[in-house]
Amino acid sequence: MKVLVCISKTPDTTAKIAFQNDGKAFQADGVQFIMNPYDEWFALVRGLELTEAQGGTVTVINVGTADNDTIIRKALAIGAQDAVRINKEPESAWDVAHQLAAYIKSQSYDLILLGKETIDYNDSEVGAALAELLDLPFISYANKLDVSGTTATISREIEGGTEVMEASLPLVISCAQGLAQQRIPNMKGIMTSKTKPLAVIEPVATSSPSVIIRHELPPARKSVHLIAPEDTDELVRLLHEEAKVI
Amino acid sequence: MSVIIFAEAVEGSLKKSAFEATTYGRKVADLCGLTCKAVTLGTVENAGELGAYGAQEVYNIADNSLNQFDSQSYTSAIADAFNQLGGTILVLSHTAIGKSITGRLAVRLNAGSVSGASELPNVSDGFIVPKSVYSGKATAFYNITSDKKVISVMGNAIKPEKSGEAVAVQSLSVSVPAAKVKVIERKTVSGVVPLPEASLVVSAGRGMKDPSNWGIIEQLAAELGATTACSRPVSDSGWRPHHEHVGQTGIAIRPNLYIAIGISGAIQHLAGVNNSRVIVVINKDPEAPFFKAADYGIVGDLFEVVPRLIESVKRFKSSH
Repeated sequence: MKVLVCISKTPDTTAKIAFQNDGKAFQADGVQFIMNPYDEWFALVRGLELTEAQGGTVTVINVGTADNDTIIRKALAIGAQDAVRINKEPESAWDVAHQLAAYIKSQSYDLILLGKETIDYNDSEVGAALAELLDLPFISYANKLDVSGTTATISREIEGGTEVMEASLPLVISCAQGLAQQRIPNMKGIMTSKTKPLAVIEPVATSSPSVIIRHELPPARKSVHLIAPEDTDELVRLLHEEAKVI
Repeated sequence: MSVIIFAEAVEGSLKKSAFEATTYGRKVADLCGLTCKAVTLGTVENAGELGAYGAQEVYNIADNSLNQFDSQSYTSAIADAFNQLGGTILVLSHTAIGKSITGRLAVRLNAGSVSGASELPNVSDGFIVPKSVYSGKATAFYNITSDKKVISVMGNAIKPEKSGEAVAVQSLSVSVPAAKVKVIERKTVSGVVPLPEASLVVSAGRGMKDPSNWGIIEQLAAELGATTACSRPVSDSGWRPHHEHVGQTGIAIRPNLYIAIGISGAIQHLAGVNNSRVIVVINKDPEAPFFKAADYGIVGDLFEVVPRLIESVKRFKSSH
């Protein structure tokens, strides 16, 4: 089984979010960047588990500049066999999907996995757009994935429950909590990751029809209005009269 | 030229997210001087109601294969309907289905998209759609430059507004490709509003000490008509089901009211609830970081405060 895991680089979950240049650019100074947790914990690890059990390879792919090699090497340290980086600072989900599709069309993968969303832009768009460009089925928010022969059984999150489905490979699947457990790279993995193949390829020309022009931080929340623990009637009154939520 | 709304039904019935999308779509149509048309797929018992929320025309594609979701057959049906009805802007809900097809539809229609719009667009100079990003820590403004546009609307981003009467449903015929993904089972919790749609949420964490103590949380939720949720350690220890887990790795919600009980407010938890309109925190530790993100707080023992709060809610309900 040939598995491709699409990984993205995001600011660390605890990073301070700030912008510069009139909100046009992310303030990256002093911010630590990580592999998008859903890509790492769920997509990559489930891909590895499946190929370890059934044979096959896991390749990781990323759209980004050489700065991203750190997170790519981490994916190799966790266990992916090789990596591809499309050398471009991505401008939108549309751009990423088109770059990935241009490369994947020349390859043949049985499973294309990625996180349910990135923790920065929370779009959930790349997987669906990529599946459309490749004319493949797409299943989002998978929390279980098993493969038997060429048939995959997937359970996915829906509002207030789960849905179980079956489909034939090849498939594009976005991955959510429940699919796998985070793996910490071991020393051997870290050592071998340095010599695993990382191919750098040039991007294709695209033009994004939807781009972010600026960001704003939300207005600071007023400091908390504390209510005495005996006075729950007052809390209910405030929720009704002031906050108007009940 | 029209705004086309894909109004999503679940098990044959439209739900709140469909009325939110329709309200949003009608307002976009009014801003842009366009007609507002809604499309439903498969068997939908209450499609005509979309008229009351602003759809001037309501269509149904009565193909039974659409009673089960498949991203390719839905994309094909919606895109064909969009083109037949002279669509220029497509509006749908940012739900489990919406998240599976927004990116697909954008590619299919060669349209710029915004997934999870948090407010109406500003059309005075371009077409600028605000959306909450970084798990609620910022808002990004997307400029859609293509003629065709796809917008999925975040749950609770807009309040469904009745502005008219139900209309007659017209049938629409499109060819639907066979689904390549077969749904073999659906398991849903019945009788409660699913968390992503809930406008009132009562959530509890490790401060509850033991799963057998959850009775007061369920009772408070029942009195308020709220949905229950929990923090990650609670679902990880199996005290509560995983679908209740809100936070970075669980689900992100944006209710009108989020009551956090015995939850310290780690940054990963806040990432799932930052977008709540009003946050109430009940915790015995005055240094709990959650108080910094809260609108109202009570520093006290939850086992005393929550039962008292239940009585206050009962008194409030009997006098209103």
